[in-house]
Amino acid sequence: MPRSAARREGSPFTGIGPVYLKELADNLSSIRMLVLTLFIIVFGAFPVASSLQQLRTVVGSDAFLFLRIFTIEPEQVPIPFVQALNFIIPLMAIGLGFDLVNSEFNRRTLSRVLSQPLYRDALLLGKFLAGITTLAVAMVALWLIVFGAGLLLLGLPPRGVEVARGIGFLVVAVAYGGVWLAIAMFFSVIFRSTATSALCSLGLWLFFFILWPMIAQAITMAFVPAEITSLDQFMGLQQLGLALQRVSPGTLFSEAVLGLLNPETRTLGPMLPSQMRGAIMGAPLPLDQSLLLIWPQVTGLIAGMIVVFTASYVIFQREEVRA
Amino acid sequence: MSDNVIEVHGLTKVYGAAHAVNAIDLTIRRGEIFGLLGPNGAGKTTTILMLLGLTETSGGTVDVLGFDPVRQPLEVKRRVGYLPDAVGFYDHLTARENLIYTARLLDIPRREADQRIMEALRSVDLADVADKRVSTFSRGMRQRLGIAEIVMKRAEVAILDEPTSGLDPHATFELLEMIRRLKKSGVAVLLSSHLLDRVQSVCDRVALFNKGRIALMGTVVELANQVLGAGHPLLVEATGIDVAEALSGTPGVQQVVPAGEGAWRVTADRDVRAEVARRIVTAGGALTRLADLQPSLEEVYTRYFQEARHAA
Ligand SMILES: Nc1ncnc2c1ncn2[C@@H]1O[C@H](COP(=O)(O)OP(=O)(O)OP(=O)(O)O)[C@@H](O)[C@H]1O
Ligand SMILES: [Mg+2]
Repeated sequence: MPRSAARREGSPFTGIGPVYLKELADNLSSIRMLVLTLFIIVFGAFPVASSLQQLRTVVGSDAFLFLRIFTIEPEQVPIPFVQALNFIIPLMAIGLGFDLVNSEFNRRTLSRVLSQPLYRDALLLGKFLAGITTLAVAMVALWLIVFGAGLLLLGLPPRGVEVARGIGFLVVAVAYGGVWLAIAMFFSVIFRSTATSALCSLGLWLFFFILWPMIAQAITMAFVPAEITSLDQFMGLQQLGLALQRVSPGTLFSEAVLGLLNPETRTLGPMLPSQMRGAIMGAPLPLDQSLLLIWPQVTGLIAGMIVVFTASYVIFQREEVRA
Repeated sequence: MSDNVIEVHGLTKVYGAAHAVNAIDLTIRRGEIFGLLGPNGAGKTTTILMLLGLTETSGGTVDVLGFDPVRQPLEVKRRVGYLPDAVGFYDHLTARENLIYTARLLDIPRREADQRIMEALRSVDLADVADKRVSTFSRGMRQRLGIAEIVMKRAEVAILDEPTSGLDPHATFELLEMIRRLKKSGVAVLLSSHLLDRVQSVCDRVALFNKGRIALMGTVVELANQVLGAGHPLLVEATGIDVAEALSGTPGVQQVVPAGEGAWRVTADRDVRAEVARRIVTAGGALTRLADLQPSLEEVYTRYFQEARHAA
């Protein structure tokens, strides 16, 4: 007799508030959070400082000075700040999420907590939202520091449109972090061992950053005919390559960020973002046009987050609570 | 309102092809202490988890305080306290903070929660370590904190899975005292355990689990009568006489077996102490001890599983 189909009573969100608040407090007061913050400072301070150094010389000639702090490639450091973030945000999210569920098993707290009036839904969602909030807090703090430093060193306030685009960037960054948080949580539901779960998340992260671009290229190459006869054919191949690249959340993030922080960006395909950095320098698009441009990327990130979260949810529902 | 807090009919749990719990019937009455006994893997924990709606049932019906744990788990969990085997708390939080989290999950207003938590911690002798981190707690203290959680919750039913496992004799004694106090405050207690003599001392009724079925259920005396046969076992110690010979032919005496140097075990179908003493003394023996042996759960348990194994 399939009993799981039985209708259950009571809101699935009962108890989500206390879970959320406890997890948030745990996150914000944990040593781990301190380490992760330190991480960001170490990785971010250098690109930001060198960008600012360089930008001081061009004050007045650039309309989007504050956005350039994020995007220009300083002379001394070969990576722009957003690229450092592209790399670090997943690490932060994994750091927050890799033991979200399995640590409750290992501490043997799960069955005790679930014997209180709440559904597993509330526990999982509460933990996830607390993780997202933590990421958001960290991002906002970072953002404020960058804009503050810009204000001090450049000696002029950001324009409204720069702030608006900056806020858009924050949203994209948090969604990007959310994808990786969901992935880390997924592994924490599957594996009882926190070490295994961390390893899998980090493995996937390395895979997407190092291996996937090569694989995507190899697959595209496999489709190249002996002779390219038309521009259409060429573009089709470009599209395929890009579509494959976009499986990686990092690609979606960098495209969305490019559209937001480089107002001159008019298209996100079929060329790769790395190729087009600084290549198209036309008149800047108005904000709404830029938003329209990056909309698919943002939806992609959010959809990815929801899909992975749902997968963990389904698995967690069927898991035995006993340790 | 019925007097049963838990009613279980034909409850079944299947893992793959194996029946972890096989069509059990069980009723727990208001205000009693009920013991679930049985060897490892008999299905005690599985039964408990189904009562709480923490694992899906494969068949049968469960009624806990008028609610169905499958469809109304929140209502059940609001009223039932659960102490899992090897209970865990958040190590980085203090005892009080751990209970505050539970109180929030139970939606108890903050001020009332503070008061209830202090009362609960006092009742399990943890008041003076209320603000110490749980990471510094011993096994016994964690177990007591688990009881405190149930007290704070004001549960109508307490379900304790192996509450005394891993505790030293003194800690066990204290914990059983707390369980008795729970009962006194009107809570029905369902507990599973391996410490049979301890269980015997607190339980009003017990159920003996074997391979997913309830083999025996009732008071300890009822079980003893069922398994060991009705009767009054006696321990006789005497010198200068063969007790077996002296007692042969005594009405009521069924069996006399030597139980060590100068000691015998006598089984009778009624109280034959006076007659036994008279016969030994008349036969010229010196009677040094004549004890009425309480039927022990341990004996029931051992005998039952011996017979079950023989039968298999
Ligand atoms: N997730 C699972 N998958 C398959 N079988 C399981 C699972 N959980 C428990 N079992 C089986 O169910 C049976 C009953 O287990 P249960 O934990 O209820 O026993 P128990 O009486 O509590 O034992 P113990 O005294 O060791 O705690 C065991 O044979 C066990 O192997
Ligand atoms: Mg068990």
